[in-house]
Amino acid sequence: MSSPISHGYIVPGIPHPLLVPEQNEGWGRLRQGFEDARKQIEASDADVILVYSTMWPSVVGHQIQANPNPEWVHVDELFHDLGSMPYKFKIDTDLAEELDKTSKSRGLHSRQVNYHGFPIDTGSVVALKLLNPENKKPAVILSSNVYADRAETIVFGKAAREALEKQGKKAIVVVVMTLSNRLFTDFIDPKDDRIHSPKDDEWNRKLLEFFAAGRLEDVAQLSREIHKQIRIRKVVNFKPMWWMSAVMGQDNNYDGQVYAYAPLYGTGGAVIGLTPSRAGVGDKEYDEENVEVYKGDRNVLTSQSELAKQSSAVSTPASAQSSAPADLKKANPVLKTGKAPSPVGAYPHARRVGDLLFISGMGPRQPGTGDIPGGPIKDANGQARNYDVEAQTRAVIENIKGVCEDAGLSLNHVIDVTAFLVDMDRDFATYNKVYAEYFTNIEATRTTVSISALPTPIAVEFKAIAQFPQ
Amino acid sequence: MAEGQIVAGFLAPHPPHLIYAENPPQNEPKAECGWEVLRWGYERLRKDLSKIDYDVIIVHSPHWQTYVGTHFLGVPHFKSLSVDPVFPNLFRFHYDLNVDVELAEAIHDESKEAGLVVKMMRNPDFRVDYGTIISSHLTNPSWDKPIVSISSNRSTSYYNVDVMQEKMVELGQATRRAVEKSGKRAVLLSSCSLSHRHFTTEAEVPEDMSREHIYHHGQYLWDMKIIDLAKRGCAREIHDIMPEFIEQAISETDAGSLSWLLASLDYPTMPAELYGYGSVIGTGNAVMGWIPETAEAKQ
Repeated sequence: MSSPISHGYIVPGIPHPLLVPEQNEGWGRLRQGFEDARKQIEASDADVILVYSTMWPSVVGHQIQANPNPEWVHVDELFHDLGSMPYKFKIDTDLAEELDKTSKSRGLHSRQVNYHGFPIDTGSVVALKLLNPENKKPAVILSSNVYADRAETIVFGKAAREALEKQGKKAIVVVVMTLSNRLFTDFIDPKDDRIHSPKDDEWNRKLLEFFAAGRLEDVAQLSREIHKQIRIRKVVNFKPMWWMSAVMGQDNNYDGQVYAYAPLYGTGGAVIGLTPSRAGVGDKEYDEENVEVYKGDRNVLTSQSELAKQSSAVSTPASAQSSAPADLKKANPVLKTGKAPSPVGAYPHARRVGDLLFISGMGPRQPGTGDIPGGPIKDANGQARNYDVEAQTRAVIENIKGVCEDAGLSLNHVIDVTAFLVDMDRDFATYNKVYAEYFTNIEATRTTVSISALPTPIAVEFKAIAQFPQ
Repeated sequence: MAEGQIVAGFLAPHPPHLIYAENPPQNEPKAECGWEVLRWGYERLRKDLSKIDYDVIIVHSPHWQTYVGTHFLGVPHFKSLSVDPVFPNLFRFHYDLNVDVELAEAIHDESKEAGLVVKMMRNPDFRVDYGTIISSHLTNPSWDKPIVSISSNRSTSYYNVDVMQEKMVELGQATRRAVEKSGKRAVLLSSCSLSHRHFTTEAEVPEDMSREHIYHHGQYLWDMKIIDLAKRGCAREIHDIMPEFIEQAISETDAGSLSWLLASLDYPTMPAELYGYGSVIGTGNAVMGWIPETAEAKQ
């Protein structure tokens, strides 16, 4: 599949290049940089402009502008004396809706905003008025979440890319930010504008070198360091490069172009273009996890019982037999159940100690028949055969679930899992995917170990500990 | 002309949820209920305020954020629609308000003389921030008094809480001097919550109170400490522990609103009246105030 990204741009959101470019030579150069980018955008084959603005903070998840024709006369809360900014934009509401869906499917909290008078931030207004003055291409505008860190921001970027791919659209990606962001704290004469400090200027120029070499993912990897060195913590931390790299493909393969770099009231303003290219530094081994689904703090309002319902609704096939839970009291703390395969030795399926239920090593064999879903890993002659570890893993978890249910619990009460794989290289990724389907919201601790063999011809076995409610 | 006076000062937080739950005609979304303890707190505040003659409300708002200096609304009349950028589903409020530009300019001038960086906001298209609107509405729903709105200079972000507090001391003293010279009777509002860690999800029915609670216990303990100090008349101590409070409780007081209020009131030793405390989407909010005349009458 070809890339859904036509070009990427980084532009400043401070309004001087829009409102008073004539008052400072550098502001004028930035305005020209916007103009150069505008021409490239108009000549591109992109269907839509995707704007991520660091000047639109959100608290409750991620917001996506979905008003088809937002219209207002905007005034910046700080530089109100420079004048008003009337705008009327065209929004791609289909893509906004798709992005909302892909975000939710990846564990994010997101919502579309479609309200007359919603305050579109100064940065988005400046970017769209200068890059797309006649609304030749529709846009989608995204917020920057106050609490989101790297994992969440990357997932939001991937959600955007997935939405584009699903709709078969090609996008211009625009990130609204300055490089260094320290404004002067006193009013200045426009002609006296400069980068706030030589240190900020040096860092900015180093970043420009990276961008000119097309090294977007490398800049993303440096985000925390950049924040520490040249960013004041305003409403949101420095996170846009995580998002931009994720949406553009997480690599360093771009033709970079710095259209303009100049001070903007002390900050480092730059108009930078990144065009996907086969050349470039290429993909390297990166030093942090590459996250696909967000699993963090997104259910703080949901009770445990609701989580249990959600989990079971999402991940549990309707195969469990109903029966009254066993009464595991102190006098008889041992559980043997027909919902799990017969033990291959002198041990019960589970044993209760205090509030904890210790579950014996559990394989995928089917209760009653002993059949192995996905097939055994070797035939009767000991010859290796192909098998389906996904089916085996699913069956293991169903067996664990059966034991839990017979004890009056559910999978949601599992607090610790030890998993044994006979072929880690072959099976880990598939096992891990199936595990995530069931356990993402349960948050049990887990250890996965590689072993040479199991007593029966199976590829995977779990040992688990569950906890009874207090 | 008689000397002007600050007749009351309130901690008047601005969660849009309270307006949403109150269902005033100006707000588009409608609710069934919600956050009653805080709304009843505002009711008691209004009852106390109804016993006082005053001319103007002065609001310091965290949601008018100015990184260069402190700004003051400088246009006599504003009429527009305010949509909360974070909770647009709850707050779309049609406002129509008057500004006491003369007093705003007087505070501006006093502040400038004290060495602060200041600016008047003269653009008639400017949209008044929702913090100012919400705190003003909950304090005075009839909108029959003009307001002065003061922006939040983000010194905490640029320097630290100590620098912010130094500036707020100057701004508070300048506010008091300007009010006294004006001959007007002013009510001050610090438009901020206390602890300020939000939930990152929202209940399907926003006013579902079974979902509402403080974000974590540590926040609650810090909020109680601040309230306890206020109730014991220890305003100076609140000022002193402000840096630690802001760091530990991620408090919205980092905007300077409470520091400004306490300085304007000259660090009252009278006990604050607590009207109500409650959480809103996890943040801690107290409605409380100091009314010097009431205290004098009781003595």
